[in-house]
Formats: sequence, structure tokens, C-alpha cells
Amino acid sequence: MSHVAVFRATLKRELKLLARQKADWVNPLLFFIIILTLFPLGVGAKPNLLREIAPGVIWIAALLSVLLGAERQFRQDYRDGVLEQLVAARAPLLGYSLAKIAAGWISSGLPLILVSPLLALFLGLSAEALLAVVLTLLLGTPLLSLLSALGAALTLSADKGGILLALVILPLYIPLLIFASAAVEQAGFGLNYQAQLAVLAAMLCVASALVPIAVQKALKLNVG
Amino acid sequence: MFKWLDPYAKPQVLFATLLWWQRWLMPLAIVVLLIGTIWGLGFTPADYQQGDSYRIIHVHVPSAIWSMGVYAWMAIAAFIALVWQVKTAQWAIGAMAPIGAVYTLIALFTGAAWGKPMWGTWWVWDARLTSELILLFLFLGVMALQNAFADRQTGDKAAAVLAVVGVVNLPIIHFSVEWWNTLHQGATITKFAKPSMDPSMLWPLLICILGFALLFGALTCLRLRTAILQHEAHRPWVRQYVEEQQHARV
Repeated sequence: MSHVAVFRATLKRELKLLARQKADWVNPLLFFIIILTLFPLGVGAKPNLLREIAPGVIWIAALLSVLLGAERQFRQDYRDGVLEQLVAARAPLLGYSLAKIAAGWISSGLPLILVSPLLALFLGLSAEALLAVVLTLLLGTPLLSLLSALGAALTLSADKGGILLALVILPLYIPLLIFASAAVEQAGFGLNYQAQLAVLAAMLCVASALVPIAVQKALKLNVG
Repeated sequence: MFKWLDPYAKPQVLFATLLWWQRWLMPLAIVVLLIGTIWGLGFTPADYQQGDSYRIIHVHVPSAIWSMGVYAWMAIAAFIALVWQVKTAQWAIGAMAPIGAVYTLIALFTGAAWGKPMWGTWWVWDARLTSELILLFLFLGVMALQNAFADRQTGDKAAAVLAVVGVVNLPIIHFSVEWWNTLHQGATITKFAKPSMDPSMLWPLLICILGFALLFGALTCLRLRTAILQHEAHRPWVRQYVEEQQHARV
């Protein structure tokens, strides 16, 4: 089987599973919205303050909700032996990893982008800032999905998955957090934020070239 | 070169070599560190601005330099472990990570203790401080990942992958943090021009840097030897070695 065939088959199966197990993509989305609701309750609902902290809050909420879904990403396939069979059959794991990452993005990244207009209402963002949120989420959530897939693959057979995954992956998220929230902040001031978007795009390019290889390696060592 | 290096991948050969190195490095490290710190703390002139409190530099700077140095060595070991599948290189990651974490902690702690009298605060979100803190998290991540598996070998390999990913990411983190800092706060206290050091202060500092490097080497030898014994506990040569040690003690 070629990489493309494995990619297609895995993606099709993942999408079918997502359509049937709605909790897989509804829960991270709800988590995202709930975190965003908690912040005004915690720090106070002054519109100026909210507008000021909005970029950071949105991005931290996005990081955490993607992380929430990440742990389960490979676990089912690991438990029921799908991964083992793939390795045993010498099927191309790269296609499988890419399909898993794509499905992960569709389940936990895409819904965030779709719900982001709601944020504008919650946090009092201007139209320019909202556009920046959408653009940074478009570039940033695939990067989140890539890195969280790496974390999930590395901690796959670990005894204490959840908190370990966070410890391993959150430091790697830092550059993304910095540039994405800076872009939204700049947009809020009506400034140009193309530079930040370019950096995000560059990070996405590098990560999408290198991370799937690391994911493949990590999957193999957990199974083998 | 590989023909020459290849025997050292064998745990037994490496164990003997490390023992030899450790016997030299440990006393040397202690002597050099003693000379450096006593010279630096007791005999260098006080700084005209900072008085005596600058003397912490003799601990702070070497630990900060080598916290990064240890990560670099760990990443090299991880790369060797991944590419050539050398078992002993995998174990070296676990031997080095806690040393690096402790160096990072020392750098952060002495930095805070130095920052309080000089800047008036224990902590500022300065680019260097933040990078160092993230470095600590990376070390802790590697250590946690390595110990999280029931199968020790899986943990070693996973830690190797993470160490290599971390070293790719480290410059990105470093520059983004630097950029973030300049965006959020303009002129900070750290921005004033670095005064070039007087030789009388510089020499003990250089000796301390060397001392921290030697200590890192000695501790790595010690920890890697322990790791080899643990991993190879079922091998005849280890049993023989342990018996010899017991006889020697009696």
C-alpha cells in the first residue's frame, strides 16, 4: 500500500468515527467556550480589560482545548491493536500519521475557527481583531494539532498519560502562543500584523515537514 | 572514526572507560571549583557599582552557560541514539537530564537572588529569564517522559525523540521569547551596555565555568555508570563486578 492509499483509508475511517462519536469534537469545543466564559467571571467584565487580555485568553483556551482532545488521538488504535497490525504489516505509517493529524485538526481545530465569531461578542473584539483571530487560528491550529499528535504519540504507552502529555508539549507551544497573540493584539490596535502571520506560516511549514516523521518514529517505538 | 568509536558502544567497555574518566574528573572538578569560587568570592575586588553582591556571578554565569551546554550534549546523545541505535547513548540522556535540570535551577535561583538587590525584584519576565525557565520545563519533560513507561527501553527512546525535537525548537523558543519581550516592554534594566570585565574578575569566572564543565563530566560518568549497571544487571560481567566490589569492601 502506498502512503496516499493509507492516508485516504485512515482519513475516511476517522471522519466516519467523528460523525458517529460526536463527543470527540463537541467536547473540546465546549471546553473552549467554557474557558472563555470563565475568564470574564474571574478577572472582571470591564470591556477595556477584556479587550486587552482577549488575544492571550483566546489562544490559551485554544491550546488547552486542542490538548484535551490530543490524548485520545492514538489511544483507541493502540488499545485495539490497529497500530500493531499496521507496524506488523509494514504499512506506511507516515500516511497514517498524516491522516490522524488531519482528522485531529478537523475535530479540534476547525470547530474553534467556526465558533470564533462568537468570541467577538464575548470579549468585545473589533472586526479587525476578529479577522486576525480567524487568520491566526487558521495557521495556528494545524500547528497545534501537529505538536499535540507528537505528544500523544510519544506518551502513547505511558502509564500516566494526561499530565505527562501537557508537560511534554506545552513548552513547544510557546512560540506559537507568542506570535499568534501578538498578531491579534496588533490587529486590535489597527496595526499591520503580516509579519506575525508570516512567522506562523513558516513555523507551520517547518512543522508539517518534520513533525510527521517524528510522530511516525514515536508510534513505532511505542508499539515495537 | 566509527571503527575507533564502535567499541565504546559496548556497555562493558564504556563502563571501564567511564570509571577511568571519573577518577580523574571528579577530583579535578572539586579542585577547580574550589579555586574558582574561593578566588571569586574572597579575593577579587568588589564591583564599583554592585559592591560585593556581584560575586554571585561566579556561580550564576557558569551554571547558566552549562544548563544550555548540557542540553546540547543531551541532544547529541539523543541524535546518536536515534540514528545509530546506540543503547548507551540512550542511557546517557537519562544520565544528563537531571544534571541539566539542577544547573538550570541553580541559574534561576542565583539569578533571582542577584536580581533582588540589583533590580529590586526576584523575577522579571525578561527574555533570558523566560528562556531559562522554559529550558527547565524541557529538561523536566524529558525526565518525566523517560520515567513514565513500564518498559524502560520505550521510555529511553521516547526521551531521545523529545530531546531532538526540543533542540530543534529551542532556537525558535529563544528568538520568539526575545521578540515577545521587546514587543511588550521597551527598555528594561538589563538593557544597559554590558561592562567589559576586569581581568581580575574574569579569571576566577573562567575557572568556575571550567569547574562546572568538569563537574558535569564527572557527574555524567557517575550517573551513566549507574545506568549501565542498572540496565545490564542480568549480565555476568555486572555480577562479577558487584562481587568484586563486595570482596574489596570486606
